[in-house]
Amino acid sequence: MSTTVIPEMPGQEIPAESRVNYLNASYGVKSWLLTTDHKRIALLYLGSITLMFFVGGFFAVLMRLHLIEPQGALVAPETYNKLFTMHGVIMVFFFLVPSIPATLGNFLVPMMIGARDLAFPRLNLLSWYIYIIGAAFTLYAVISGGVDTGWTFYTPYSSTFSHTSVIPTALGVFITGFSSILTGLNFVVTIHKMRAPGLTWFRLPLFIWAMYATSIIFILGTPVIAITIFLLGLERLLHIGIFDPAIGGDPILFQHMFWFYSHPAVYIMILPGMGVMSELITCFSRKRVFGYTFVAFSSLAIAIISFLVWGHHMFVTGQSIYAGLIFSVLSFLVAIPSAVKVFNWTATLYKGSISYDAPMLYALGFIGLFTMGGLTGLFLASLATDVHLNGTYFIVAHFHYIMVGGAVMAYLGGIHFWWPKITGRMYPDGWARFAALIIFVGFNLTFFPQFVLGYLGMPRRYAVYPTEFQVLNVMSSAGASILGIGYLIPLIYLLWSIRYGPIAGPNPWGAKGLEWETPSPPPTENFEEIPVVTEDAYDYANVGGSRG
Amino acid sequence: MSGHVVPVKTYLGIFVALLALTALTTAVAFVDFDKLHTGIHLIDMIPLNTVVALAIAIVKMLLVILFFMHVKYSSGLTKVVVMAGFLFLAILVSFTLADELSRSWTPEAGAWNTALPTILPLLRGLF
Amino acid sequence: MWEAPVADLAVHAPHPPGFKHQFEDMEQQREADSLGMWVFLVTEIMFFGGLFATYIIYRALYLTAFEEGSRLLNVKFGAANTAVLIGSSLTMALAIHAAQAGKKKSEQVMYLVLTMILGAIFLFLKFNFEWRADYHEHLIPGFHFIIRPEWGAAGTHVPLFFCFYFFMTGLHALHMIIGFGILGTLTVMAQRGRFSSEYYAPLEVSGLYWHFVDIVWIFLFPLLYLIGGRFAIPGVH
Repeated sequence: MSTTVIPEMPGQEIPAESRVNYLNASYGVKSWLLTTDHKRIALLYLGSITLMFFVGGFFAVLMRLHLIEPQGALVAPETYNKLFTMHGVIMVFFFLVPSIPATLGNFLVPMMIGARDLAFPRLNLLSWYIYIIGAAFTLYAVISGGVDTGWTFYTPYSSTFSHTSVIPTALGVFITGFSSILTGLNFVVTIHKMRAPGLTWFRLPLFIWAMYATSIIFILGTPVIAITIFLLGLERLLHIGIFDPAIGGDPILFQHMFWFYSHPAVYIMILPGMGVMSELITCFSRKRVFGYTFVAFSSLAIAIISFLVWGHHMFVTGQSIYAGLIFSVLSFLVAIPSAVKVFNWTATLYKGSISYDAPMLYALGFIGLFTMGGLTGLFLASLATDVHLNGTYFIVAHFHYIMVGGAVMAYLGGIHFWWPKITGRMYPDGWARFAALIIFVGFNLTFFPQFVLGYLGMPRRYAVYPTEFQVLNVMSSAGASILGIGYLIPLIYLLWSIRYGPIAGPNPWGAKGLEWETPSPPPTENFEEIPVVTEDAYDYANVGGSRG
Repeated sequence: MSGHVVPVKTYLGIFVALLALTALTTAVAFVDFDKLHTGIHLIDMIPLNTVVALAIAIVKMLLVILFFMHVKYSSGLTKVVVMAGFLFLAILVSFTLADELSRSWTPEAGAWNTALPTILPLLRGLF
Repeated sequence: MWEAPVADLAVHAPHPPGFKHQFEDMEQQREADSLGMWVFLVTEIMFFGGLFATYIIYRALYLTAFEEGSRLLNVKFGAANTAVLIGSSLTMALAIHAAQAGKKKSEQVMYLVLTMILGAIFLFLKFNFEWRADYHEHLIPGFHFIIRPEWGAAGTHVPLFFCFYFFMTGLHALHMIIGFGILGTLTVMAQRGRFSSEYYAPLEVSGLYWHFVDIVWIFLFPLLYLIGGRFAIPGVH
């Protein structure tokens, strides 16, 4: 028993170039800029997000070059402050938050549930334009001198004392928030209302559960940072004292409002990656996922509990001890569903038929690096140790292990996995595995020394440091250069493969899922006939063992 | 949104109720309910005027949500979505307020229970 | 769930008015539109809610100043505006009802126009009477705000109250103005006979938005105008 969509008759070979698909269905700039096809919009996002990734990465390169010398090798301290701020703002708001949802999510959500498009295709296009406008404001801020408040915009520095382009940056972030909201809204409605016949909730791919949970956070959290930034902007313009203690404001209140979104935001950044992981691990172990229900519910649990822990960013800034107690306990709680996922993926690997294609290399890297990042979070959730570690490189390493070792690797794994579906071409496998290895090595060399640095007490966001930390800093910078090269390699071969890569069939991995039942690249309407689903997700036991 | 047609009479009745509640809340604002004097600090600090005003506002909101916005005749999903919005707003307000109000409750050094020195001021603050 | 797979795209019955092709049928489209608007309203709850949260915190911290400020607001206009907005919610519900019950388009248009008129009255009362008076009495922060001696020590925080007053009512007014745009579009569509007992989803969905704006005011009125310790009648215990 299998899904009933058969877009091509067996034995009938239609050359890929001559079949009409979403890429060649219409030509011209207008057909792309005014498209409502979720797949084209996903590619529009892919281009923009990649650009922003390299802009943010450029600032990181400058920072690591600067930190080769204890007194700073490259820029003045004021400029260094701008570098880490712009790196943070761009990477968080313009790369990590939209990355998987707006690219892979937009492309795959309708296909995985057997729908022709999202519920609101025009809102989808609007969300991309809003993203572009927000990015434009922020890039303008970069060009007009940058911002130096840190991506966290803490008051009263950001509201009263900083002389940099706070308002354009804040405006850019404010505007882009609405892009996220529209994406989340679209996904929630689509997943609730447009599943194919027979596709019950517990037959959905876990990627869809992850996108759904992420969308909940988009919807509930983003408006709060929007209003917070709005208030910050008003404070900066009118100086009325909302967050400025000199005139009666409470800067901790800003932090409450900021972190109410920004903590769930970090789960926005990791949950989609976890969704990708479930797809990759099952396909490359040829096995059903272990404990489907647990993994599905853990996504929802992460989304919900993530809203209860934001105060752990404020243990040392002046929050009451009692609030700190509560947030600490809840922060330990939120680790549990993440751990459930890691256990279940590992159990899925056990006795699986594992192959080490590039997507799987990224997936395996994710499991190890995310676990390390997550475990180090426990030291930070614990009040006493956080006093020592807060504001040091330990935190920087912690979140980079999760964001880069976790989220970015999952993103790259997903891009590689679904690349043949998106483009109809295969990338060169040798280069892909090589790049994955380079990225893994470069990443660990960059960030593991930072755990040690933080433990030894080197503060974060400092342009200078004591000379005894130099060796570790140089190691980290060396790693960063390797990592940078590692990221450039896929950029090159993926672009190359669009023109010169071998044609990929509908299902080069032999994977399960409705998206693999369509041609590569898919036609604009995805499915000629809406499929009827009769089997569970990841039904790999029935596969004959050979690739499609 | 099931296509259920609410009769005009119901709408008019809700409208009248909403106007009456508005008049009530305005009138009651001029009456000083003061506070309770039970001796328990946690209860005595409740500002009754505020509670009454908010209670009336919540009733008005429910009338609009259930009848004008048809949630009474809507699916369970709609009801869950609405409740989720208010729940998370409540989380934002309550946790933030808890911090702001408890910031001045400083723990004592050398308390009789050194394992949990922060509990005494917490209890004192509450009761 | 659906009974059977939908037929091939090439051959199908003519579509009902307003049908969008990503959906399978009007029922699905209606449910999606409605759920979409509710999800959007949840984001609005969190958006306004963030402002409400900050207001609540500062009121707890600076009660005297906030009560002073609240007493300077005009309860008569506030209450009148509340009634006006409730009336506009009624007329909006009646406009939807007119379409649902298959009434003539002139009745739909009438109720939509009435809704807009009531909304306009709300904004007129607010801008022309309340805000204009506040400007002349130097109660707008950033625009020659004057701290009055009778406020005493709490005086330094009274501007904060008025900040919130103008932010919250201003944001609310902005949402109403957007609502006007929506209502205007709906009126044109209704006048062209686009709505019937089969297709009134834009009315329903816009009605949800308008009622939400009403609910925000239902909370703004007591929170800003009424809990300022306006005690004329001494204690009831």
